[in-house]
Amino acid sequence: MTMTEQAQAGDWVQIHRIVLTPEQRPVNLPDETRAVPLEMRTKGWLITDAAGLGDEVTIRTAIGREMTGRLIAVNPAYGHDFGQAVPELLAAGDDLVALMRGAKES
Amino acid sequence: MTDNSYAAVMARKAEIMLSSLGLDYTPFMQDPIAFDYEAMMDLVPYTLNQVREIQVQSAVGNTALIELRQLTRLARKLAPKGKGARIFVKDEAANPSGSYKARRAALSLHHAKVAGFKGVVSATSGNYGAAVASQAAKRDLDCIVVQEVFDSHGIGQPEILEKGRACEIYGAEVMQLSVGPELFYSFLRVLEDTGYFNASLYTPFAIAGVEPLGVEIVEQMQAVTGRAPDAVICTHAGGGNLTGTARGLRKAGAFDTQVIGASVDLTGLHMASDRDFNRKHFTTGHTGFGVPFAGWPDRTDVPRNAARVLRYMDRYLLLKQGEVFYMTEALARLEGMERGPAGNVSLAAAFVLAQEMDEDQTIVVQETEYAGAGKQPSAQLTFARARGIDIRRGDPDLERPGQSVLIPEHPSQMKLRDVDMNRLRRGLVRKAAALAPAPLPETAIAFLAAETQFSCQDVRDVLGSL
Repeated sequence: MTMTEQAQAGDWVQIHRIVLTPEQRPVNLPDETRAVPLEMRTKGWLITDAAGLGDEVTIRTAIGREMTGRLIAVNPAYGHDFGQAVPELLAAGDDLVALMRGAKES
Repeated sequence: MTDNSYAAVMARKAEIMLSSLGLDYTPFMQDPIAFDYEAMMDLVPYTLNQVREIQVQSAVGNTALIELRQLTRLARKLAPKGKGARIFVKDEAANPSGSYKARRAALSLHHAKVAGFKGVVSATSGNYGAAVASQAAKRDLDCIVVQEVFDSHGIGQPEILEKGRACEIYGAEVMQLSVGPELFYSFLRVLEDTGYFNASLYTPFAIAGVEPLGVEIVEQMQAVTGRAPDAVICTHAGGGNLTGTARGLRKAGAFDTQVIGASVDLTGLHMASDRDFNRKHFTTGHTGFGVPFAGWPDRTDVPRNAARVLRYMDRYLLLKQGEVFYMTEALARLEGMERGPAGNVSLAAAFVLAQEMDEDQTIVVQETEYAGAGKQPSAQLTFARARGIDIRRGDPDLERPGQSVLIPEHPSQMKLRDVDMNRLRRGLVRKAAALAPAPLPETAIAFLAAETQFSCQDVRDVLGSL
């Protein structure tokens, strides 16, 4: 996540909001889920003044809705990637290729 | 001022759902159990050919059917002499948003546009979000996607992060929530705030949109082999994929084709658990959705679910996570195709099933999905390993969801695990029986027989044992 501390009006930012506090959540949830709030994150263009992380700000989302929440990031990285090669799967692939070559010869 | 507490919004659920669908469900809500399913499907005012035309205009469908010759050869090597059905796959990754979900979104959004909605909302953490966003972009409709993405530490499942990114690319607003079934509450609030269309996966439109997939399979198989396939395997979660495909197969006259569902076995992991959330290495096509939706379809965001798998499913098979990762590797190494997880669940089932079937028989795996960052086994298993999941070669039967992933040491270790269909059917009948006073009228008994592919006498036997 980008750790730029300051966002300018017009920046693409991410905000955070508590949707339901633990007390507001329904009772039929697993304990570990009910112990924490239901949170929401969303992104949009900052339309209030320059702000720091943690400040209450308003954004305009991709479709033009206005939303208010706590600023948590300026243009955050998506964060997902391809990971690392999985040696167990590479080896499994080699085994399968060898098995097929054996099948061809027999 | 409107009361937006959890209880108050949930109490307004029925009226919010009705006003956001542009469909009149009243005729189908008169009786607590029975309703005319085919009449509900007829709410779609288009013929099959018109649906296909709408999809052609949306750049959806008419995907390639690919024969997997190397995997068939491998299956034959493992099978008894004379066994080893030919395996084909429908390359649905070629749809505009990279999965068959574009078919469901295309017809739903066509309806939304005709009905005059300015925007659409979808509650999904899956490929459907990107499909709705993509089709909305094409039609100049606003799009909001509500997703379950993060655990309480703010850690996102890689595959769902990718799906969120895809929605953003198509111009959607993405509301990313932490773990919890109250996603539905947030979804209802968005519908109420915006007055947009509920692009549910479970309307008649979302199911009728899949029917051309079944029809294409029959047409393409007839062109290649001269007849309809002996078996079609659908990765099963909410039920729309299997229901729509099976309806399409029948519309194309393939009444003898076996329709098989396949899911990843995540037994033991709780779907609403903040702790279990990031210990699942598949985000859909698993038993956490597949089993409850098969046993009781009406647990969705519409008054009556149009996806009703027990009406169509002949057999339901479970695969281990390690087996599906193994087949994903096999597809890449032996067939030269890198595809995403959903279709590979069915592919793993097909590979084992082929070994039970005769050489002159055929199986169609009815979808692939796109591959990308977050979706590959490398992304999922790197994420899993960082969370202490034990990943190694071994007998997949010893895999424990949330603790281990066992990659088979040899393809002969893969196997078919049948879900007891009669148990699912009896469960559905029992649950329905609780909705009305005994004895149930004949109309309800006939309805439940159609729902479960039981005979009326089977239904009476279950009711009698209550």
